[in-house]
Amino acid sequence: MAKKKPGRKDQVLALLLYPLDWLEERSGLVGGVRYFLFRKVPGDISWGHTLGSASLTAFIVQAVTGVILAMYYKPDPNSAYESIRHITDDLYAGWLVRGMHRWGASVFIILMFLHMGRVFLYGAYKFPRELNWIIGVLILVMGMMEGFFGYLLPWDQTAYWATVVGVNLQATGPFVGPFLGDILRGGAEIGPDTLARFYSLHMLVLPGAIAGLIGLHLYLVVRLGVVSPPWSPEGAGTERPGPPPPPRSGLVAPSPRGTRRR
Amino acid sequence: MEPHGGHGSANEPTPTIWPVGFAVGIACIFIGLILSKIILVVGAVITAIFGFLWIRDATSGLRTAAQPADEGTEPSTSAPPIRADRGRAAMPEPGEDEVVRFPRSKLLEATTLGLGGLIGIVVTAPVLGFTILPPFIKQGHPEIDVGAIDDFPENKFVTTTYLLNPEQGEVSRRTAYIRNNGLLDNVPSFTVLSNRCVHLGCPVQINGLPLKKSSETRDGLLVDRTPNAAAAGFGCPCHGGQYDTEGNRTAGPPVRALDRYEFRIDNGRLLLGDTFSVSHVSGTGADAQIYAYPLAGPGQHVDGIEAWLYPVQPPR
Repeated sequence: MAKKKPGRKDQVLALLLYPLDWLEERSGLVGGVRYFLFRKVPGDISWGHTLGSASLTAFIVQAVTGVILAMYYKPDPNSAYESIRHITDDLYAGWLVRGMHRWGASVFIILMFLHMGRVFLYGAYKFPRELNWIIGVLILVMGMMEGFFGYLLPWDQTAYWATVVGVNLQATGPFVGPFLGDILRGGAEIGPDTLARFYSLHMLVLPGAIAGLIGLHLYLVVRLGVVSPPWSPEGAGTERPGPPPPPRSGLVAPSPRGTRRR
Repeated sequence: MEPHGGHGSANEPTPTIWPVGFAVGIACIFIGLILSKIILVVGAVITAIFGFLWIRDATSGLRTAAQPADEGTEPSTSAPPIRADRGRAAMPEPGEDEVVRFPRSKLLEATTLGLGGLIGIVVTAPVLGFTILPPFIKQGHPEIDVGAIDDFPENKFVTTTYLLNPEQGEVSRRTAYIRNNGLLDNVPSFTVLSNRCVHLGCPVQINGLPLKKSSETRDGLLVDRTPNAAAAGFGCPCHGGQYDTEGNRTAGPPVRALDRYEFRIDNGRLLLGDTFSVSHVSGTGADAQIYAYPLAGPGQHVDGIEAWLYPVQPPR
């Protein structure tokens, strides 16, 4: 043997990488994920730019906890409240998963608003990113609809009367309001159909729509790139005189303060 | 080949009126499903006619196979004539106007898109109808027997609750405030108010002292009756709307007077029917003048200029 035998470490590494290579060769997925995770972004982005990912994380938490809650929840007026009590009081860690879903809902909405504020203040909604702003607003509206439809599901007095008021509020809209109210309720009054209808909208229709829109949102983020802060020398509309800033490598060696132009 | 229209390219569809008629037909079908079969049939006919005309119009460009000007660059669709050793050619040489034919790719394209669209419509229409129409169909309910006339003491409001549909359980519980006004021209007179607040639909409560409850089960239907010692009016717990003993608004956000039940007396029993809306009531008790309107949702005006915002109510 002229060649040196591969060491044990290399063998283990090859073994570990084999499934990834197999996948990459047949789908290109590994390269796609690498491209998505390690794509170029401006050097002076900050923690504010993580709010979008944080919103996505909150949505994933809602989706996962919601799917698990759906395993125990019964969308029927005579058993809905009892099934929620069963989840909270009897099942192992049920209180925790329900609590994550219940409080995570607010976290999701708050993070979306913070993300929206960051995008607005940085002017990141401007050309060519208007479409992504519109998609984001649709996601926000659907997220709030999730809150409205999910609020009925515990089927206690608060849930019931809040939904009565909420639906009647929408039924006071001019011209189409009365019809909208009946469509939401599934009838002239709140009944068993209303609960099942709200459940379906809350756990199937809206999450599916939101997931699709998030995919579109991310596609546009990758395609159009991330915006520098308005005060950045790399910001839109600023001339870039002088030599390029010294090379830096992210978290390990951030650029020295003095090189930044104000 | 004739140029297709006077403007645009050959592939650009010219504006037509047919989709509008098609949409009107679909709307007629939906309305007919709610109201009457005649409208349904008319709608179906309109849809079929306009659909046919629309398809005919949309495919006219394909059927006449508009030919682009740069004919020379087009790959020839004909093969060179095959030389036969004897007799006539196996494939006759195409004539000048046989060269241009309906391209196969165009046909496949149109067929795929057309069939896909058709399948989409056929699948979507019933699903959409199933989603939207049931809330507007068969929303009525039978009359409810809430007790004998003697069960309602004169000039006292009785909080009467019952299950509209016992199979559905508590979710169908309804409440009426019933006052026996005594006899008017030898006919018993009742004031039957709905407990649905006309602000946003919360349950209004009697401002007064409840007395002993009595219950009665009749035909499997449990009716609870709680007389009230001295009702001073009604109040809503949600946003503070207040009403007097005739249901007129006295304070707060409600936009009209409390809804009322239609009622009927049969063999000395009081039967409650549907509810209707009331703009206001003048007078009291048996002498009250009720300004009645078809049932409207909470928060919707039934009279005055604001009522113009709600010209059509869903069928009940």
